[in-house]
Amino acid sequence: MVLIHEQASLMSEHGHVLPLRIYFGVFFALLAGTALTSWVATIDLGHLNDAVALAIAGTKAALVILFFMHVRYSSKLIWVFSLAGFVWLVLFFVLILADYETRVPVQGWG
Amino acid sequence: MSQKPPTYLGGEYGMRSWLLTLDHKRIALLYLLGVTFFFLLGGVFAVLVRLELLTPAGDLFQSETYNKLFTLHGVFMVFFFLIPGIPAVLGNFLLPLMIGAKDLAFPRINLLSWYIYMVGGLFTLYAMLAGGVDTGWTFYTPYSSTYANSHVIAAALGIFVSGFSSILTGVNFIATIHKLRAPGLSWFRLPLFVWAHYATSLIMVLGTPVVAITILLVAVERLFHVGLFDPALGGDPILFQHLFWFYSHPAVYIMILPAMGVISEVIACFSQKRIFGYKFVAFSSLAIAVLGFLVWGHHMFVSGQSLYAGVVFSLLSFLVAIPSAVKVFNWIATLYRGSISFEAPMLYALGFIGLFTIGGLTGLFLATLAVDVHVHDTYFVVAHFHFVMVGGTVMAYLAGLHFWWPKMLGRLYPETLARITAVIIFVGFNLTFLPQFVLGYLGMPRRYHVYPLEFQVLNVLSTAGASILGLGFAMTAVYLPWSLRYGKKATPNPFDARGLEWTTTSPPMAHNFEEVPVVSTEAYERDEPEVVHV
Repeated sequence: MVLIHEQASLMSEHGHVLPLRIYFGVFFALLAGTALTSWVATIDLGHLNDAVALAIAGTKAALVILFFMHVRYSSKLIWVFSLAGFVWLVLFFVLILADYETRVPVQGWG
Repeated sequence: MSQKPPTYLGGEYGMRSWLLTLDHKRIALLYLLGVTFFFLLGGVFAVLVRLELLTPAGDLFQSETYNKLFTLHGVFMVFFFLIPGIPAVLGNFLLPLMIGAKDLAFPRINLLSWYIYMVGGLFTLYAMLAGGVDTGWTFYTPYSSTYANSHVIAAALGIFVSGFSSILTGVNFIATIHKLRAPGLSWFRLPLFVWAHYATSLIMVLGTPVVAITILLVAVERLFHVGLFDPALGGDPILFQHLFWFYSHPAVYIMILPAMGVISEVIACFSQKRIFGYKFVAFSSLAIAVLGFLVWGHHMFVSGQSLYAGVVFSLLSFLVAIPSAVKVFNWIATLYRGSISFEAPMLYALGFIGLFTIGGLTGLFLATLAVDVHVHDTYFVVAHFHFVMVGGTVMAYLAGLHFWWPKMLGRLYPETLARITAVIIFVGFNLTFLPQFVLGYLGMPRRYHVYPLEFQVLNVLSTAGASILGLGFAMTAVYLPWSLRYGKKATPNPFDARGLEWTTTSPPMAHNFEEVPVVSTEAYERDEPEVVHV
C-alpha cells in the first residue's frame, strides 16, 4: 500500500509515464507525415496547396504536443495554455492573410 | 522573546552573495541597477538628439550619426528599460510579497533571466561601441537587410537574447500566481498589481518568441540569402513589419499594463479607498492583453498593406480604447470622495492619469486611417508614444519606485524634495512633448535632423522642456541613493497602505514572512484587519 502511494507521488512528480510503443508510434506517424508533405508537394492542388500542407503540419504539431509534451495527460489549465498558443497562431495567420489575400497588385510592379 | 530574522539585505554580504542570489528581492535590485544603467544610456542619446534639434541646421552631427543616435535611444529605452522596467524590478520584488509567498516559483530561472538580460544588453552595447546601428529601433527591412551598413546583427542579437529573459520572467510570474498564493488569497482578492502582471506575462510568453524568430529570419536572409523579406530573392519587406509588430505592438502593453497595476495600488492607498469596480479593472487588464494582439496593422497603414486590412486593423484598434478607458474612469471614480493626500507617488499617479489619457486619445487619432495618412512618421507620432511610454510608464515607474522604496530598502525618501521633483518632471515632460504634437501636425517628419526655420520655436521649447525633464530625473538619481544613508528608517507600513507586502518588515526578511499569512478579506479593504497569522 505504501509502495503504491510512493509510486503515485512519483508519477505526479515526474508526469505521466507512457509505454515506449506509443512514443515509437508517434515518431513513425511524424515520419509518415513528413513523407506525405513531400509527396503532396509534387501534386498541384491549386488553392488547396497551402491548406493541405498546413493541415499535415498542424496534425504533426498536435501529435508532438499531445504525446511528446504529455499535454494529453495534463490538467485542464495546461490544456487552456496550450490551446491559447494555437488560438494566437490562428489570429496571427488570419490577420496577416487579411492583408495578403486582399492586396491589389500595382501596375508595373511584380 | 524570539529575535527577528535578518533582512534580505543583511543576511549575507559580498559580491558573490549578490551575483549568485536566488532571492527575488535581491534579483529585483540587480535588475534595478541594470535598467537604471540602460535608462541613463538611452537618456544620453535623447539629450544629444534634442541638442541637435535646437537649430534648423545639422550643426552637431552628420545625418548618419543622427540616425544612429535616435536608433540607440529607441533600442536602449524600449528593449532594456521600458519592457523590463516595472515587471523585472517592481514585479520581481513585490509579486511574492503581495501573494504571501517566500519567493517566485522558479528562483534559479529568475536569476538566469537577469543574466540573459545583461548578456543581451552587453551585445547591444558592443554594437554601439563598434560603430552603432542606424535602422531605427524597429529594424525595418531593407534598412536592416539589403541596405544595412551598420552593426545590425550584433544589436539584433542582443535584443534576441534579452527576449528570452522576458519569456522566462513571464513564465515565472504565471506559475507563481497560479501556484503560490497564500491560503485564502483567491483570484478576486489579489491586488490589481498582480492581475496586471499576470496579463503582462501572458503577452511576454505569447508574443516575445515571434520577435525573436523574426530577428533570426533577418539573420538567415542576410547570411544564407533565403528569400524572406527581400523582393529580389522572392520575399516581401512588409512581411517583416507584420512579424515585427505582432510582438512590438503588444510590447507597448508589456510596458503599460504593469504601469497600470502600479497606479491602481497608489491610488487605492492615497485615496484610502478600495478601487472602484475592482473586477472591471482586473478583467480590463486581460482584455487589453488579448485585444493588444489584434491591432498591429495600424503601424502599417501607409506601408503597402491592403486597404481592407487597414480598415480591419483600424476598427480593432478603436476597441483597445474601451478597456483602457474602463481603467481610467474607475481610477477617477475611486478618487471621488476619497480621503486624498498628495505624497510624491500620488503626484506621479495623477500625472500618469492625465498624460496617459492624452497619449491614449491621440492613439485614436492615429488609428483613424485618413488622419494617420496625414501624420504618419511625423512628430505627432513621436509625441503620442512618448505620452504613453514616458507620461505613462515612466511616471508609473517613478510612482512605484517611490511608493515601495521604503519597503524595498528600509529608508524613507525626502518627501518634500520628491514632491517638488514630481512637479518638475511633469512640467518638463509637457514642455518637451506637447510642442511635438503641433510640430507633427504641421508636417515635421520624425528622424530628420535638418528642418525648415518655421519649426525652430517649437523645437527650442521642446529642448528646453527636455532639460527640465532631465533635471527632474537627475534630482531623483541623487536623493533616492542619498536616502539610503540619510533617510529616516521606514516602519513596515509608512503610507498606511493595504496589502500583504505592508505586513512584513521594511526591508523584508529573506523569506518575506515570519509565518505563512492567511488572507480573510478583499484587496484594499479598510474596515477590518486584513491578515491573521497561523
